[in-house]
Amino acid sequence: MTSASTSRRGLFRAAGAGLAAGLVPTAATAAEPLLRGTGDLGLVVERATGSLLLVDTTARAVLAGIDGLGDMSHASLVFDRSERYAFVFGRDGGLTKVDLLTASIVKRIVQGGNAIGGAISDDGKLVAVSNYTPGGVRVFDTETLEMVADVPAIDAKGAPSKTVGLVDLPFRTFAWSLLDGDEIWIGDFTDARAPKLTRYPGIGRLPYDGVATSDGRWYIAGLFGEDALTRLDLWTAGARPEKVLAGYGKGEQPLPVYKMPHMEGWGTAGDLLLIPAVGRHEVLAVDRNSFREVGRIPVHGQPVFCVARPDGRQVWVNYAHPVNDTVEVIDVPSLKVVHAFVPGPAVLHLEFTPRGHEVWISVRDRNRIDIHETRTFAKIAEISAKSPSGIFFTPRAHRLGV
Amino acid sequence: MIRRATLPTGLAILAVAASLAATPISAARSEPDPATRERLTHLLIQDCGSCHGLTLQGGLGKPLLPENVSDRSVEVLAEIILDGIAGTPMPPWKGLISQDDALFIAETLKRGLPR
Repeated sequence: MTSASTSRRGLFRAAGAGLAAGLVPTAATAAEPLLRGTGDLGLVVERATGSLLLVDTTARAVLAGIDGLGDMSHASLVFDRSERYAFVFGRDGGLTKVDLLTASIVKRIVQGGNAIGGAISDDGKLVAVSNYTPGGVRVFDTETLEMVADVPAIDAKGAPSKTVGLVDLPFRTFAWSLLDGDEIWIGDFTDARAPKLTRYPGIGRLPYDGVATSDGRWYIAGLFGEDALTRLDLWTAGARPEKVLAGYGKGEQPLPVYKMPHMEGWGTAGDLLLIPAVGRHEVLAVDRNSFREVGRIPVHGQPVFCVARPDGRQVWVNYAHPVNDTVEVIDVPSLKVVHAFVPGPAVLHLEFTPRGHEVWISVRDRNRIDIHETRTFAKIAEISAKSPSGIFFTPRAHRLGV
Repeated sequence: MIRRATLPTGLAILAVAASLAATPISAARSEPDPATRERLTHLLIQDCGSCHGLTLQGGLGKPLLPENVSDRSVEVLAEIILDGIAGTPMPPWKGLISQDDALFIAETLKRGLPR
């Protein structure tokens, strides 16, 4: 097992002589710029301290810390298509452009009062941010962070709504849902200053998150207020949103939900989608075309993330409070839990290496990232991080709907 | 004070309501010990914070800063924490924390998080 401090020292030496420990081996500070690619880099959110760790997934090591990102509770980020820049969405409405090569902040603006996430367009030119306060979606130029569109989310009853489930779709398009307004909106920003909006009201009660399938065909909103999901066919002109998996709870009273499930990472596993059941100790296996349930897997607690390994053979699951110390692995062909382990209190997120041979797991209350090999499940390294939450690797730059 | 843990849930809620109505908070309970305070403050920041924001300025859930809860009494806030709000994502926490815990959290909300 590699300890973080050893790895850090090793990297600093590799980065060039004359760098004292603690200095960042970057183009900005190193005597000689570090010439390297970014395809095996990533960023880890340290949510309590408003900072990021720049990590190297090949070396399994921290390259640098980046401070000054504000309130990072529930922070997320996207990468531009060069995999050089990240756009970080903070809870305080901060939108920060980070340069991975120099491990520094290029520009930071506070674009709203209270934000929940964002997405980047396929051409890399536009970044969209979803806001709780003032609500709606704001779109920015990725070069300058100048605002190019402000789309308030006024629902059919004329009330402003929080927006959730913002994802990118092909051709400079974004999709999002209105938490309070029960609507899905699709915004085509081909002309960013005059976006074309399509609204779908009455999609079901309290959409809490949304996701697009990796082929860009379906936008799916999870409903908190109903025992169902809503999906919208983006390939069929004039399609209406349709409820799927209606009554998946079979009329049983759901358990209290201590943490909302996240839909990000629902990868397709072969012909299946494995999705967290709201308020139940179950993962639902759903046919990705018909959206009919083909199985349900009893699990340890209420699932938060169900993340498919990139090859779709496994789905790794973490849980809500009070059993958020545990991770389980579902084998997709058999739809059975084949491995369970306890990294420690508050497992918040997990991210696979691009082809899935390793997985990084944030263990918030142990101030640690654990790295596991995914064939044997063995832990192979750990990294120190302060209250780590989201882990994001650069190959996300090339995935649709994240 | 009646210990909820010894009662079936339905009765327990009634008992909580009754005891809350009948008993002045300050007389009813002693200050939690430092370990309990630390545990509950952590719960408030991290687990309440996952919806209400780490600094309680709001998120999916409403902001819970002192000015946002000034119109609610400690007892009412504790009841909301224990029972949740039906039809919203606010869950009942009574399976996980005690009435005293909820009162401490409610008082912390009124006071504001320690800086």
